[in-house]
Amino acid sequence: MPVSDSALMEPKSLSAETAADARLEIKNLNVYFGEGSERFQAVKNVSVSVQQGGSFGIVGESGSGKSTVLRAVCGLVESWDGEIDIDGAPVSHKRNKAFARKIQMVFQDPYASLHPRHTVDRVLSEPLKLHGFDGIDGRVLRALDDVGLGADFRFRYPHQLSGGQRQRVAVARALMLEPEILLLDEPTSALDVSVQAEILNLFAELRKEHNLTYVMVTHDLAVVAHMCDEIAVMQFGEVVEVMDVDAMRNSTPKTAYTQELLKASMGYDAEFFGDS
Amino acid sequence: MSDTLLSVEDLWVRFPTRTGTVDAVRGISFSVGRERVGIVGESGSGKSMTGRSILRLIRAPGQMEAKSITFNGDNLLEYSERQMRKIRGHQISMVMQDPKFSLNPVHSVGKQICEALRLHTKVSRKQARQGALEMLEAVQIRNPERVFRSYPHELSGGMGQRVMIAMMLITDPQLLIADEPTSALDVTVQMKVLAIMDKLVQERGMGLIFISHDLNLVSSFCDRIIIMYAGRIVETCRASELHKATHPYTRGLLNALPRIEEPKGRLEALQRQDSWKQEASVDARV
Ligand SMILES: Nc1ncnc2c1ncn2[C@@H]1O[C@H](COP(=O)(O)OP(=O)(O)OP(=O)(O)O)[C@@H](O)[C@H]1O
Ligand SMILES: Nc1ncnc2c1ncn2[C@@H]1O[C@H](COP(=O)(O)OP(=O)(O)OP(=O)(O)O)[C@@H](O)[C@H]1O
Ligand SMILES: [Mg+2]
Ligand SMILES: [Mg+2]
Repeated sequence: MPVSDSALMEPKSLSAETAADARLEIKNLNVYFGEGSERFQAVKNVSVSVQQGGSFGIVGESGSGKSTVLRAVCGLVESWDGEIDIDGAPVSHKRNKAFARKIQMVFQDPYASLHPRHTVDRVLSEPLKLHGFDGIDGRVLRALDDVGLGADFRFRYPHQLSGGQRQRVAVARALMLEPEILLLDEPTSALDVSVQAEILNLFAELRKEHNLTYVMVTHDLAVVAHMCDEIAVMQFGEVVEVMDVDAMRNSTPKTAYTQELLKASMGYDAEFFGDS
Repeated sequence: MSDTLLSVEDLWVRFPTRTGTVDAVRGISFSVGRERVGIVGESGSGKSMTGRSILRLIRAPGQMEAKSITFNGDNLLEYSERQMRKIRGHQISMVMQDPKFSLNPVHSVGKQICEALRLHTKVSRKQARQGALEMLEAVQIRNPERVFRSYPHELSGGMGQRVMIAMMLITDPQLLIADEPTSALDVTVQMKVLAIMDKLVQERGMGLIFISHDLNLVSSFCDRIIIMYAGRIVETCRASELHKATHPYTRGLLNALPRIEEPKGRLEALQRQDSWKQEASVDARV
């Protein structure tokens, strides 16, 4: 199905809607990779504002720059411009230790993000030691329990875990430092539906208890509808639409691309997708 | 029976660990014809180990054991390691759950796809390049030339996954084992990639084992479904009848899904029952 061009041509600036109490605000973010003729702009003029205690979703095409936006916020990309504000103050290009306490990210790829020769125990306790926490034992056990892994898993290595078990360790690690903002990159796409339900319930509880703020990237529209109040749709490095969750549930998105996403999330339909 | 491509009888996979032996797969039997068979089940239920066992890819200290794994009439358990290498990536391909792990980080993506093709068929360098670019385009990579020159770490999650799919399909296998092949893809690209696999099953009679935790997707895409729990098959059904599944475990999985049309406050997590572990495995051979 063709995607209407009008949806793609005008890069929207959404900063007009910015409210004063934004916890995380991204203004006109651009991210580049490569040099010279290989230079490639992965993120184009993206502006996003997330309220204190809000939960903001990013969906969109594979390769459209969703992970790159989160990585830019974490200070994991070198070449970017624009502005990233946290609680009204712009972040510096080099992030410090206090930043890590405040913001944590769960990475998309649970295989790459865990050190292959560190046990689960080490993965979870290391950040605590680095930041001078006490009661490490108890915290590690509680975190394992929170993500639905028993104490049995404490001394296993990543290769001794299934894909979903690894992702739960990654979620536990992000929660160890009790951050205020969580950046979640496909946090449940490697999980089965029951663990997904448990983790999403956990995210919801944490948000309520600790007033956490989330930015969540996912390709599962049902998950984003369940978790988020506002949703940005990305394509080709740009935000093509921002909608609230009701617009999504009622299937009243503006752009053809978002409508196509909604159709595709209804399941496989050979007649619809088969003959392209 | 001539339509049966693969038949597995009484498969076990075990791992010795510090705290005792983990039985990852406990005596399952199933078959695959020229059709789409979905394997679903919760995390850790043994789906990936089942897939890997077919290719005899269980790493030590893990051990696999089966009465037989019959592919095209031959028992793969009797094959030498050398014979197995001829099967792997040629007659039977597997898209692994960890795409980036299975790609070689020091070679460009294009080089790896070309090598896969050249191992399988006699083609010139130029033809291999052409074939690789076409395959990347077929899996909906927007800029095949750029991706061809890229290294694995330069790809997004979904691009890595599609590169793996391209690499596995380019050798035209008779059986494709796809382990969570589309979990990192946005839904529209996912549908297009499924359409490619669908076409290979319909037109070339490929067999497909589709491992996934996405029950809606599997029920709309596959022909038959195998549902695994704790290393066993608890239920098997026609994909279109999944909504009528009766096992409380399957029902629990279905109820755990968030749905766009019906907002819920809390999602229902599975209430596991000890008795499920003791139930005998259901035979999923047809
Ligand atoms: N380290 C890198 N070097 C070069 N290009 C990169 C690098 N990381 C990402 N890119 C490119 O930037 C673009 C955006 O990638 P990104 O990972 O943000 O996509 P995404 O929207 O998260 O996709 P997916 O849904 O597939 O994970 C892609 O075209 C990718 O190839
Ligand atoms: N090397 C190992 N040592 C010990 N146990 C292992 C090892 N590898 C796998 N296991 C265990 O075997 C079981 C089955 O693993 P498998 O990877 O097949 O699960 P899965 O169904 O594919 O799960 P997922 O959906 O999370 O990928 C899991 O409980 C896992 O912890
Ligand atoms: Mg990504
Ligand atoms: Mg698996």
